[in-house]
Amino acid sequence: MTDLVTAARDGDREAFDELVRVTHADTYTLAYRLTGDEEDARDVVQEAYLRAYRGLKRFRGDAQFSTWMYRITANCAATHLGRRQRHRHDELDEAAAVPDVHPDHDPQLRADADDLRGRLRVALESLPPRLRAVVVLRDIYDLPHEAIAAELGISESAAKVRLHRARNKLRDQLFPRRDGESRAV
Amino acid sequence: MQCEDLTEALAATSEGSGHLGRNERRHVERCLRCQAEIVQYRKLLRVMRTLRTDVLEPAPGLLADILANLEESGERHAIRSILSGRRIAYLGGLAAATAAGAAGAIVFASRTRRTRLAG
Repeated sequence: MTDLVTAARDGDREAFDELVRVTHADTYTLAYRLTGDEEDARDVVQEAYLRAYRGLKRFRGDAQFSTWMYRITANCAATHLGRRQRHRHDELDEAAAVPDVHPDHDPQLRADADDLRGRLRVALESLPPRLRAVVVLRDIYDLPHEAIAAELGISESAAKVRLHRARNKLRDQLFPRRDGESRAV
Repeated sequence: MQCEDLTEALAATSEGSGHLGRNERRHVERCLRCQAEIVQYRKLLRVMRTLRTDVLEPAPGLLADILANLEESGERHAIRSILSGRRIAYLGGLAAATAAGAAGAIVFASRTRRTRLAG
């Protein structure tokens, strides 16, 4: 990978194409997790590679190429979702109702470890994009708060608040309380 | 101390990015609800990390689209460079012609003045 990055930075277009081949599924996965939509994810991925290609000379190589791509993808997704928000106000509403994934209501969502992953995927998709972006970048892709804030165009403290809210929502969906129990958010 | 006061600290502790103070620790040691929350947060984070290795299969055609997009962008860039190069050459030629015209006018004017003075 390092050799490919070096060659691509030196202007080798084929090396960059190879980098795209090697990383595009991973980049698409992140884009899909951030946008929650296949079409949006495709647009974000295309834009991300275009930006990466144009900015490759600025890539210092002190981070991994994949981490650099995650940051660009996060930034593109934030721009994309922001543009979409101007047209459709429904999806970014943090107070939007989340689907009921209470395991008692759906026998398929019950029990074993694999099921927890499945339920987590559902819960992630049900999060408002603003919250989802932060928790995905932090807890799945391990980006530091500072990088997340920079790429999403928010302050570090806002990123931390969103992360906390997102984790609480996920926890509430994965480990629902029995009736009568209350939980502070 | 109420359990509600600790939610943020419990999450941070589960992640390993925060520490509980002495009073908070004492509360958690005696509170089954907070202990359960820590377990849930840890479980949540553990499962989240396992998603890192899950890679979705993009729809066929995405790779081709990305590469075509890059190619097109590269061509557009090349065309822009050529056009801007031509524009520079055109402006350069125009500037040279203007300068030559101005120099000619100056020479002509000075000769005319010299002829008048001699006459």
